[in-house]
Order: sequence, then C-alpha cells, then structure tokens
Amino acid sequence: MRLEKILAGAILAAGLAVPAAAQDPTKVGFIYVGPIGDGGWTYEHDKGRLAVEEHFGDKVETVFQESVPEGADAERAITQMALRGADLIFTTSFGFMEPTITVAKKFPDVKFEHATGFKTADNVSTYSARFYEGRAIQGHIAASMTESNVIGYIASYPIPEVIRGINAAYIHARKANPDVEFKIIWAYTWFDPAKEADAATALIEQGADVILQHTDSTAPQAAAEKAGDVITFGQASDMAEYKPYPRVSSIIDNWAPYYIERTQDVMDGTWESQQVWHGINEGMVEIGEITDAVPEDVKTQALALKAEIASGDYHPFTGPLNKQDGSAWLAEGETADDGTLLGMDFYVEGISGKIPQ
Amino acid sequence: MLKLEQRPEPSRLWTYLTPPLAVAVTMIAGGALFALLGKNPVEAIATIFWEPLFGEFAFYYGPQLLVKGAPLILIAIGLSLGFRAGIWNIGAEGQYIVGAITGAGAGLAFYPADLWVVFPVMVVAGAAGGWAWAMIPALLKLRFGTNEILVSLMLVYVAEQLLAAMSLGLLKNPDGFGFPGSRNLQQYAPAHNAELVAGTGMHWGVVAALIAVIFAYVLLNRHVLGYHIRLTGQAPRAARFAGVRPKRLVLFCLGMSGALAGLAGMFEVSGPAGQISIDFNVGYGFTAIIVAFLGRLHPVGILLAGLLMALTYIGGEIAQSNLGLPAAAIQVFQGMLLFFLLAVDLFTNFRIRVIRPETA
Repeated sequence: MRLEKILAGAILAAGLAVPAAAQDPTKVGFIYVGPIGDGGWTYEHDKGRLAVEEHFGDKVETVFQESVPEGADAERAITQMALRGADLIFTTSFGFMEPTITVAKKFPDVKFEHATGFKTADNVSTYSARFYEGRAIQGHIAASMTESNVIGYIASYPIPEVIRGINAAYIHARKANPDVEFKIIWAYTWFDPAKEADAATALIEQGADVILQHTDSTAPQAAAEKAGDVITFGQASDMAEYKPYPRVSSIIDNWAPYYIERTQDVMDGTWESQQVWHGINEGMVEIGEITDAVPEDVKTQALALKAEIASGDYHPFTGPLNKQDGSAWLAEGETADDGTLLGMDFYVEGISGKIPQ
Repeated sequence: MLKLEQRPEPSRLWTYLTPPLAVAVTMIAGGALFALLGKNPVEAIATIFWEPLFGEFAFYYGPQLLVKGAPLILIAIGLSLGFRAGIWNIGAEGQYIVGAITGAGAGLAFYPADLWVVFPVMVVAGAAGGWAWAMIPALLKLRFGTNEILVSLMLVYVAEQLLAAMSLGLLKNPDGFGFPGSRNLQQYAPAHNAELVAGTGMHWGVVAALIAVIFAYVLLNRHVLGYHIRLTGQAPRAARFAGVRPKRLVLFCLGMSGALAGLAGMFEVSGPAGQISIDFNVGYGFTAIIVAFLGRLHPVGILLAGLLMALTYIGGEIAQSNLGLPAAAIQVFQGMLLFFLLAVDLFTNFRIRVIRPETA
C-alpha cells in the first residue's frame, strides 16, 4: 500500500505545517457534475460556494471543478483537491458517492460532504433537500392550470429522489384535478440541453400543456416558450429569465446557509458526520415567485399548501395512499417515514407506465 | 505565389513530423485561447504539460497517466488495424460498454465466491462481449453490404441503453437501497482489477495495453495478415490479386477492435471505475479515434499518443482546479489537437511550391 503511505505522509506533512501557518485560510472544495453556467443544479451549488466566499472573506479559499464525469474520473478530481490541501470538500452529485467514500478513506483528516447519497463515514456526511415538498406545490399548480389534462414530466434517472418527486407531484395534481394524467420521459441525464429539448417537444406533441422537469438546463423552458401555450417550472434554480410565462414558479435549491454552517464547523473544529435532509422549513427548498400567469385562487391555495408543509402540519405523503399495483401503502392519516422515502422505488396508484429497470 | 502540389508519394519526413508539429501549434493556439480567457497562457500550458509529470504531486498524477492512457491505447490499437485496411469501426465506445457489462456480469455471477478463476473468466467474457458487439456491423456489412461506420456508431446508443437497463435491473446492487448501479467490484477481491504494485497505477489493463502494442507491431511488420491489412488499405485491387480475402479481413479487423475495446471496458469497470453505472462510459471509445490518428496508426505512435492524450486530460483537470479554467476550454484544447493534426497532415501528401508570377 505504498500510495496510502505517501498520501499519509503528505497529509502528515500538511498537518505538521498547520501551527506555522495558523493564519492559513480554510480551503473548501466543490466538485460539480455540470458546468457552473447550467442555470440549474450546479449553478445553485456554485452560488452556495460564492456565498461562502462572501461570508468568510479572507478566512476561506474556495476551489471547484466543473463537469466532472460520475465515475473513475471523479475519484481523481476529489483526490486532487484533497492533495492540494482542501479541508472540506462538497461532492454535489449522486454519482460521486463511491469515489467520495474511497477518497475519504485515504484522507481521514479531510471532511467530505456528499449531496443526495446514502453512504457515510467518520469524515463523510450526506446532505440533501426535501425537493418533494416543492414538487407537491408544483403538482397542485400544474393540475389546476392544465387544459389538456396531460402533464409532461422530464425525469432524469430512476433513483429514489426522482421517483419521490414524481409521486409527490402526482398525488397533489390528482387532488386538485382528478382527470389529470402524467406522461413521463426518462432522459438519463442531469444536464443535456439537446436531449431535454427533445423530451419537452415530444411531451408537447403528446398533448402536454404543462412540463415538469427533473433535469438541470433551461432547454425545456425554451421549448415551451416556442410552443406558446405550455407552462413550466424552474428546476433547482429560479430560471427567472422565462418569467412570467412559460415559467410560472420554481423550486430553488438554496445551499448557501448549509455550506456556510459546515465551513464554520470545520473552522471551529466541531464538524461531525451527519445525515441532513432539509426542506422548505429550513430554507433549503424555496418556492420561486408564482407569477401572475397563475390564477389568483390557485396561487393562494399553493401558498397555503407551502405554509402547511413548512409548519409541519401537513406531510406531502399522507395516507390513504396505495402503491401503483394497488397494494396498500399508507393508511388514513399515516405519513411516510424517511426510510421509505429515501429508498422509494415504486409509483403511487394511478400513475401509468413502469419505472425503468 | 504559393501553390499546393501533390507529392508523388507521401513524405516520410512529414509523416513523423506532423504529430509533434500539431502539438506545438495546439500549444500556441491553446495559449492564445487561454489568454483571451484572462489566464496566463504560459502558466496554463505549463500546468497541463508539466504539472502531472514533474509537479509537486507527480507521485499521484504519474500513475494516473497510465490509468487514463491504458484504455485509450488498448482501444486505439484495435481501431488502427481496421483503419489501416479501410474498415471504419467508429463504435468502439459501444463495444467498450458491452465488454464492461459482460465482464462485470461474469464476475458478479460468482459473487461472493472466493475463487481465483473469477478474474480470468471476466477477462474472457469482456473480450467476448466487445467482440460480439462488433460482429453485428461486421456481419451486416458482409451479408447486406451495410455501412459499418453508421451501424457501429448507432450501436453505441443501443449499448448506452443496455448499460442503463443493466444498472437499473439485472446488475443492480441488491444492497443499494434501490439506487442504480452494480455492486462495487473493488470491494469483491477476486474480481478486483487492483494495482499490481500499489502506487504505480499498473493494473492488468495497462499490461494488456502494452501487450497489444507489441502484438500489433509484430502483426503488422512480421505477419502475412498484417501485410494483407496494409495492402488492402493502400491498394485494394492489388490486395485482391495477392490473395486477400476481404470478408475475412472485415471479420478480423472489426472483431479484433471490438475484443480490445471490450477488454478495455472490462479492465475499467473492475478497476478504476469499480461498478457498472448509468454514466460508466466517458468517451474513451471516441477519444481513441483521435489517439489512433495522432499515433499515425502505428503501434508505437499510438502508445505515445495515448499517453499524450492522458496528459492533456489530467493536466487539464489540474488547470481547471488550480487556475479556474473552464472545462469547456480544456475540451476545445483537446479538439484543437485533432484539428491541427489533420491540418498539418496536408504537408504529408502535398508540398508548397513558390511560383514566380510570370511577367505579362
């Protein structure tokens, strides 16, 4: 295990150097899956990074690497950051989970934070947001506004996070409008404007007049704008340039408070491994402005739903709910536990089509 | 006045001169690009080409060059055989994916048995998977006269769908909480393509790449089959008179490149990548085409070109993280390499003559 020895030596050397350079800024690294200009997921993570810089000023130094493929290359990118003295590294995509765990073993003194995964270690935390809370509100607005009763959904990968979003949106769409039906396209990408535009166009051609997306670019917004009478929602970021129409609202991921908090923990030496899942209440999930394109009463209902979710009075997954195959899932008044939600691999009753496998 | 004039035969000097020249021109044009982005061009170029080899962390990056270069070389060697004979396998990416799937699948079928035979079986399965995927365009070409460029390229997208289906279905990790992706082969010792000597980056894929280079060299220079390949590329009609059987050559070239690409996929999935996942492939199969041409379709050239390409990848990543260069700028830089190679390649077949304007 020579590499480990060398790496350990490098870490040791870095450790010994600390007293001499106590004024050194805390170095925080970010690994991004897309380009920082994607206007969605990575863009918001990078806003979080900039917020850390602004908050701490000279006390931090941030580095990032964008468009890192999920796979063997990620391991090198993360190792490189650790080697160059990062104290805290955020890896911001599900596919970085295995590489993060592997690298974390070799750098026990570096803290790692992996977004949306489930594997932790003494120096690896996970964090994610309860995006499904925002999806519930989207589903409500979508179903209240559709005229064709067909809602298109551009899904990325069939992982629990995405399936959860589909279910949350569907449940609340059906509550608002029992005739509504979902058409789902799996794009197998987080960010690919061409594929996303194709998917949006295909859904519009199949009669959808609302497009929900779990992919990160604004291409579906552009496709909807071209079609003219189709509404959309910003994903991960506000996508405000498509306001007030076709984009009528959005789910915004706000990572800044969490990134600042965890950086502070590292500075104070109080960082501990944890699993965080924050929602509207904590401010990690924000609902972007609901524009005037949405009828006043629908807007009022949507904001009421948001307030109920935020206060904890209402859980978006509240029974009675059945699974797609008709088997019982949640009894009247029962709410879903986080374990089931985190591993969700089934549709709720009423959704047509199958989860790819 | 300057005039281009075709050479009676390709210049040997220029054949060897064009790759380094293309690299030099790329450095200049790339430097200009980086300067326009507001970065110090000298520092950026130095970071890309110097830092991985001689920088502070060369002990880590050096071995990574082998890890990144091995699949490129392995695939490019296979492609070069066909390219020399005018048989265009553009779908190595697909064969790479299928080799990874069959290789990993064979290994996982044994899980959790601790048998030495697991890894050899995976090697055979990986090669067979890539070979079988390449046989589709080969047989369609022989039977129906289809174009192997289109068929092999389109099969890449089919393979990607297959990869997604495998990550979500058959090969999905039963202990993975419903998340896509297979078990991590790095954690299953008999199937793990580990470093042979820790810290060196040498894994079985690197060994296989080196063997492939030697094998291809001997084949092309010492074996009648290699002679047939070269002859078919240079003079198809003469080749027929010399007793070349074009159909068998198509089968051999596509099969060989498919098998090598499959092997590359198998070594990658069992080593550096560790698992079958939806995003397993990162374009080695396509980049290998650049490597094959940059190496002049010559085995030793491909070896050097593969390492150079790996250098631009790893140096590019360092430049991104250290200097804040955008990822897209690095990709443009790599693209320039092929562009300038093709551009200066003109001088291999043409020469410039200065013509004095005649007095009217």
